[in-house]
Amino acid sequence: MNAVTQPINPAKLVARQQLALQDPDWVRWTLIAIAIGFISLFICLPLGLVIFQAFSKGVAAYWSALSQDDTIAAINLTLLTALVTVPLNTVFGVTAAWAITRFDFKGKSLLTTLIDLPFSVSPVISGFIFVLLFGAEGWFGEWLIVHDIKIIFAVPGIILATLFITFPFVARQLIPLMQEMGNQEEEAALSLGASGWQTFWAVTIPNIKWALLYGVLLCNARAMGEFGAVSVVSGHIRGLTNTLPLHVEVNYNDYDVVGAFASASILAGLAIVTLILKTALEWKQGNR
Amino acid sequence: MKNNFFTIIFAAVLAILAVNNSHAADIKLLNVSYDPTRELYKEYNPVFAKYWKAKTGDDVTINQSHAGSGKQARSVLEGLEADVVTLALGYDVDQLYQKRKLIPENWQTLLPNNSSPYTSTIVFLVRKGNPLAIKDWNDIVKPGVSIVTPNPKTSGGARWNYLAAWAYALKTNNNDEAAAKEFIGKLFKNAAVLDTGARGSTTTFIEREIGDVLIAWENEAYLALREFGADKFEIITPSLSILAEPPVAVVEDIARKHGTVEVATEYLKYLYSKEGQEIIGKNFYRPTDPEIAAKYAKQFQPLQLVKIDAFGGWDAAQKKHFSDDGVFDQIYGPGK
Repeated sequence: MNAVTQPINPAKLVARQQLALQDPDWVRWTLIAIAIGFISLFICLPLGLVIFQAFSKGVAAYWSALSQDDTIAAINLTLLTALVTVPLNTVFGVTAAWAITRFDFKGKSLLTTLIDLPFSVSPVISGFIFVLLFGAEGWFGEWLIVHDIKIIFAVPGIILATLFITFPFVARQLIPLMQEMGNQEEEAALSLGASGWQTFWAVTIPNIKWALLYGVLLCNARAMGEFGAVSVVSGHIRGLTNTLPLHVEVNYNDYDVVGAFASASILAGLAIVTLILKTALEWKQGNR
Repeated sequence: MKNNFFTIIFAAVLAILAVNNSHAADIKLLNVSYDPTRELYKEYNPVFAKYWKAKTGDDVTINQSHAGSGKQARSVLEGLEADVVTLALGYDVDQLYQKRKLIPENWQTLLPNNSSPYTSTIVFLVRKGNPLAIKDWNDIVKPGVSIVTPNPKTSGGARWNYLAAWAYALKTNNNDEAAAKEFIGKLFKNAAVLDTGARGSTTTFIEREIGDVLIAWENEAYLALREFGADKFEIITPSLSILAEPPVAVVEDIARKHGTVEVATEYLKYLYSKEGQEIIGKNFYRPTDPEIAAKYAKQFQPLQLVKIDAFGGWDAAQKKHFSDDGVFDQIYGPGK
């Protein structure tokens, strides 16, 4: 051999680079197996069990459990709660994200922290806050009784508690995105003569719409599934103030296993639909 | 497009509100009750509605709310608009007078038998074959026995459980209070789970299969046997227990506001009728009507029953045992 270095085969170089980036097969397959095993054990198995229990006494029993008055009332209340809280929190979330990413003002970091508060406080505590405020022995209790306004142990209390719990979802999705985007595009639009409103609809919304929809989906999922805070303010009146998650508990404690799992299957179904929509959104976002 | 979206949501909200209000024409009563009465009132409510319809021609719908007795009393105090309360013990009902004057002071004299249409007692539920050979209270405080009972702070049944054990300990220790306290301490040291209500404890014991013995309402134990089969569980009746008198009351302040005083009073009075007492017996409560009680007596085991009067009434018992820093707090808590 002479001193001249032998030219390296380019194909080999690529292979070596790939090797450096990839772990051996057994590592890869072990990791994949662990991930799949974990998901099947902790997500698919319980979900399957819910469906299995719901149909354990046949389709007829499942259907009759779902068509009970109390179950229908629980479904209605859950839908009503989501229909009120999700649009409100969408508006609040966009407003908050806009304020935080587009303006400079004192107390901005405090506001950002406050938005996260519902995430960091236990839902039960969130419920108690409303009892302390609006309960008959609470701060506004006297006034509410005198004016015959019912908040706690009625639909308004349930909506308020859900509103509080689901507040961060939309804002949390939007803030990082809008911070990253900066405001050059909006400034350009404004300098070209667009009004603030036009800029918002024509420039901002198209940029944030996927993140916004994603936030709305998460917000909706939590609004329908919230248990702790709603449990505290509900009063558990059957057919009146039980949302679906509370109804599941009532049925379970009534020894009505099919009823409990039938209601749970609806919640699980909602979760699955949400997941599919979320995946579709992510796919669409990735292919943009 | 955005506008359409909001119109649709608005319409949907209105539609749901309309559906919810469509049957608001009839009389509505809210019965706020404790945990194990779920099946009792589920059977009683339609019977009463039929009786009231025949008597007055009016439709009445009774809504139910169930949870631990202490928790339910709190909810009513915090604004849950109960027309009637049917709770586990007198102290919880009395709070409605003490704290907010929602009921008259003499509420317990307004209906027969101290306002208790049914009584019950406290027994044990064990797994089939009674593997630990539990016969009486002294068997369940032995080391290694795992007990399921609700939390006396929130559950009425749990307070009856506690006092029954206390009464037994006093009797077997020549009324020595220090010995009784030690006995109760051992009992709660054996407690595996303290649920907030009696029904939570029952599902813990039966469906989650935790514990060797469930201290339970007699009616709750017999109901569990009927629901889940006598091939899985056994009821052990101790030599001595407590006469539990769950009282009922019209929450006059709220019922007056709702205009339901008359129907609410009749709702409770009808519990004392032969028909009401039959339903009570069928659901394993002890009827107070002597004739119906005799008819259902054979479904229960005989035992010695101590009355709450032996503790100086509920006020004294509550103060001594279950108030903050009371005996229960002294024997049960972090690091004890």
